[in-house]
This record gives sequence, C-alpha cells and structure tokens, in this order.
Amino acid sequence: MAENGDPVLRLIGLNKSFGAVHVLRDVDFAVRLGEVMALVGDNGAGKSTLIKCIAGIHPIDSGRIEFDGRPVSIDGPRAASALGIEVVYQDLALADNLDIVQNMFLGRERRKGIVLDEASMEEAARRTLARLSVRTVRSVRQRVASLSGGQRQTVAIAKAALWESKLVILDEPTAALGVAQTRQVLDLVRRLADTGHAVVLISHNMNDVFEVADRVTALYLGRVAADVARADVTRGQVVELITAGRSGDLGLAPRTAAESI
Amino acid sequence: MSTDIPGKSLAAGGAADGGEAAMALSDGDFAADRREHDMRSALRDYRDRIRSGELGALPAVLGLISLVALFAALKPDTFLSKGNMANLSVQALPITILAMGLVFVLLLGEIDLSAGVASGLCAAVLAKLVTDAGQPWYVAAISAVAIGIVIGTTIGWLVSVLRIPSFVVTLAFFLGLQGVTLKLIGQGGTVPVRDDVVYALANKNMPVWLGWVLAAGCAAAYTATQVLRRRRQRVRGLHSRPLEFVLAQSAVVSAALLVSAYVLNLDRAPSPLITLGGIPWGVLLAGVLLVVCSFVLGRTAYGRHIYAVGGNAEAARRAGINVTRIRISVFMIGSGLAAISGIVAASRLSSVATDAGGGNTLLYAVGAAVIGGTSLFGGRGKARDAVLGGLVIALIANGLGLLGTSAYLSYLITGLVLLLAASIDALARRRRSTAGR
Repeated sequence: MAENGDPVLRLIGLNKSFGAVHVLRDVDFAVRLGEVMALVGDNGAGKSTLIKCIAGIHPIDSGRIEFDGRPVSIDGPRAASALGIEVVYQDLALADNLDIVQNMFLGRERRKGIVLDEASMEEAARRTLARLSVRTVRSVRQRVASLSGGQRQTVAIAKAALWESKLVILDEPTAALGVAQTRQVLDLVRRLADTGHAVVLISHNMNDVFEVADRVTALYLGRVAADVARADVTRGQVVELITAGRSGDLGLAPRTAAESI
Repeated sequence: MSTDIPGKSLAAGGAADGGEAAMALSDGDFAADRREHDMRSALRDYRDRIRSGELGALPAVLGLISLVALFAALKPDTFLSKGNMANLSVQALPITILAMGLVFVLLLGEIDLSAGVASGLCAAVLAKLVTDAGQPWYVAAISAVAIGIVIGTTIGWLVSVLRIPSFVVTLAFFLGLQGVTLKLIGQGGTVPVRDDVVYALANKNMPVWLGWVLAAGCAAAYTATQVLRRRRQRVRGLHSRPLEFVLAQSAVVSAALLVSAYVLNLDRAPSPLITLGGIPWGVLLAGVLLVVCSFVLGRTAYGRHIYAVGGNAEAARRAGINVTRIRISVFMIGSGLAAISGIVAASRLSSVATDAGGGNTLLYAVGAAVIGGTSLFGGRGKARDAVLGGLVIALIANGLGLLGTSAYLSYLITGLVLLLAASIDALARRRRSTAGR
C-alpha cells in the first residue's frame, strides 16, 4: 500500500474520566493503512473505553485526534462512520430475519426513487465478499440466522469493509469461535489489512495476536505500556506487559507502573 | 515502521493475486445463487424449506382448501350458493383490513389489543358525521381515519417513548375507547349510516366487465413483474428463484384471481327478473390496500427497517435507524387501517352500534394475521397473510353460521383455531432455530 507510512488515525495525549475514575491517561495511539494493530490489555485496562472514544460513543476529556493527518473531533457514531471508521462489536448486531445483503446495507440502503435498489446492493455485497475471499457462503440471499458463528462474524466484518471504510475496529472477533472458524476470521482480518484498510484488533488471545498483528499496543491500567512491532517481542513479553505494565526494558517505568495501581 | 516487517510485503503481494483468484473463483462461490434448477431440484429445495420451518403461505392455503371442502360436503346447497360466495367475500373484508394493520404491529413483536374497538370508534365518528352532521362521505371518512391515526400515535408514543409494554397500553385503550364510543352513540343505541358512497362499499358491485378487466389485468401484471424481475436478476447474475417456481406461483395467483372474478360475476339474483352480479367495491379497496402495504413492506427502505427492528432492535439502532419513530409509525398504520376496516364494517351493517368492533373482532383479526403466516414473535410476516388468514377466518364464521352451530361452540372453535395457528407459528419457529434458519 502506498500510504503505509502515515497513520490514518493518531491519538495524542488522550484522557478520559468517568467521575473520579481516570480510565485513560495520556494515551498515544496510532494505526496505519494496511496494518493490523492489536490492542491488548487486561480487563479494565481501558480497551473498550478507548474504542468507544474512537467510535464517537464517549466524548474525550482532553487530547487530540487526527484522522488522515487532519485534526478532527468525533462527536458521535455518525461522525465516526462519516470519517470512515467502522466498529464490529462483539455481539455483531445482525438481524437474524434478514439476509446477508439486507444486513450489510442495513440503515444505508441504496434506492432508486423510493424503491430499494436490490440489484445494485446485491452486486456490491457480492463484490465485497469476493474481494475478501469469503468462500464459505452458499448464497448472499440466505438469512443470517442460517449462518454459523464464523460466517456471521465474516458477514459483520464484510459489512464494515463495504463502506469504503479506512479504519475497521474488531472487538474480540474470535472469542466464541471454534478452531476452523477462528482460522477463517483471522484470514479475513489479514485480507482486510492487505486490501488497504487499517485494522484495530482487540483480543485476549495471544495466538490470534501473533498470527495476524503487525504491531501491538498494550494498555495497562489506562496507560499505554508499549507500542511495539510484533516481530520485536515474544509472547511472554506481551503477557508481562498486560499483567505488570512492563517487561525488561519495555513498558512503563517501574515507578509509574506501581503508581498506576 | 510496519513496512519493515518482512512478512508484510509478501502478504500484500499474495493478496493481490489472491484478489484475482477470488474474482475468478467467485463463479464457484455463492453456488446456490447460480445453480440451474430443474423441476426435481426445485421441489427438493421447497421441501427442505418447509421442513426447516419456512412454511410461508402453505398452512393458510391448506386451511382454505380443507375448510371449503368440509363445508361444501356438509352444506352443499347453501355454502356453495353464489349468494353465499359473494357474502363470504364481504364478510372477510373488515377482518382482512384490520389484520393488515396488525401485521405491521406484529412485525415489531408488539400487539394492538385496541385495534378492534378503535375501528368501532372511528366508524361511530363516520356515522355521526354523515348522518347527524350531514357531512359528505369523504369528510367523514378522512376524519375517521385521522382519528384512527391520532389513536395510533398516542399508543405508539406511550409504547416507544415511555416504554410501557404495548400489551398494557392497548388493553387500557381497549377499555377506554369503548367508553368513548358509548358516550358518542349513547347507551344501547345505534347510528344508521345514510350515505350512498359508504353504503356502496360493501353492498354494491362493480360492473361485470370491470371485474373481468381488473382480475385479468392484475393477473397479467403480477405474472409479468415476477417473470421480468427474474430475467433481470439472471442477466445481472443475481440470486433468482427457479423459473418453475415463479411460473407456478404466478399461475396459482392468476387462477385465484380469475376464479374469484368468475364466481362473483355470476348472476346471483334470487329472482330471474333482475340480475345481480359483480365484484363488491370493497374487494377493490382491500386489493389496493394489499398492493400498497406489500409495496411498502417489500420494496421500500421504511419496510426494510420495520423488519430490522422486529428482528433485532439493537442492531437496527446501531445501523442508524430511528427505532422510536418506526415503533410509533407501525401503531399509526395499525390504527389507521383499523379505521378503514371500521368504515367497511359500518357499510356492511349500514349502521354503527355501541359494541362495534368489540367482541371477537380483534381476536378474528389477530387470528387472521397469524393463520396467514405472520409471526407473533416479530420480524416475519407479509401483507398477504392478512388476506389469506382473513379468508380462513371468514370461512369458519360463515360455515359455522350455515351449520347453525350454537354460539358457545362457535366461540370454542374460533378460539381453538387461533390457538392452532399460534402453535404452528411457535413450532415453526423452533424448527427454524434448530435448522439454523
């Protein structure tokens, strides 16, 4: 990808509190096009809050957000999707009684006059699925209820990729999947990045992280413990970053790490 | 920095090829969308759908056929008489129109228990305006429908903004609106409807030639749209249904239209001195409503959003759909169509009594929607369900009346039929979830 060097999204000095609880402290975070950024951290480290700030669900207290090099303020989910940010939440939010095409275009249907333009939607959905090499689907007109867990995840991800989105955020996409289905979804995550999207992957699973991620950002009690290339770290180091905020030379200074507790 | 990772460029290069391969392979993907069907594979597909709980219109159609056979065997002279067939079509009208409104409400998994009495109140308003205030029919009809929409808006607001369960809100309206009708008409009274246009709706017939033209025209238009749509889909390489199916369905619909037109166009006058035949005007009204509702539900974004909210309200909300507005709107449509149903009922009886729309009216309409195939659990249903189910319910009421069944038995049988339809719905739903549909 040509623009691989510049971050599509950059957060600088982000702070967020809920009442007295300081959830995010001076968080710096950047994702580049064509790159899978794994966001790891223990429960309560602030992963979800960070994602919700990017998705426009929580307003930030202080700090800057740059998208495509320009400073932006994301003041709602609509603003986020207008920028090209799509979030695939853990519960997927698909309507079981609608088919794949209908789900992918839900809320953003194409029309001719007042009539739905089914043909053009079906073609676009088919193209997107083909681009992401989704092969397991028997028919794009089958109801989502008839899909397996992995296929549902696939549809949710393809839906996010349909919208010329630049940044796709995936919240634990493999959490409830079996081995083969996890494989499918991870392949899809990789292809998503390879077809020019920036991807943020939230995961607890070190196998997933080391399989597809290019970089890893570890959060520890609301601070960024480290932002490293996957190739430069071992699994053990990442686990230490998650649990203790530091690992050898990496991570927070001992005092800061202790302070955070 | 990420560009320095050695595996990265490789992966990107591989993906470019992979993309090409995927495009070429996509002929093999989505296989079911492209598969050529012969009669046998089409039938097998259909059987699989039925087995996995996708019943469609099948229960209603089977019910219609077996009921006609049953009553024809028990009361061949009266039931199959031409006059009774016309009577049956008019009898089904108010139920069908009321049920059509309820389909919208049921699609969200909500219920409107007040739809029956709302139709009674709107009919009372119409009668009062036409007979007592001397207003022309259109002023009265528009006022009646407007009042229906106001009632629906209020219910919808209470349900979607205050989040009171629709069961409770509409139960309260069920009682309250009966009080309003009683106050409007006066204890134990009835208001006659003295207006030619309103009277004609259920009591006059269109000319025989017009009936034929409309029936043939609708049959041709239906077949043409189905076949042309399939051809467009084939040309663009989209998902399409097997041709045998499209043709069979068109043939069934056309046959139903033409046979009905034939039966209703027969001279059913009791005396040879006069002729009486033709399709009642009200049938045309129901037909227009069916086409409009089917269009709204099947072809517009608004309809799509109704199904989405009924299937997964949270997903709809995240997709940017205004769930509150959708919820209010279905109650508006439900009560608006209830008002029209009330007008047709008033036309049929030529008067409005204090208990109009009470009793088993609502039970009949809910039964009609569910028998037709609309799910009580939300997210599934079509406008045509109201027509098929309305005919089944009208057949039962009509047939039992001809058999001279006592009132207690009629109540029992109708209640059982509703229960049966709801059980089929629940069982089909369970079947679908085990079959993963």
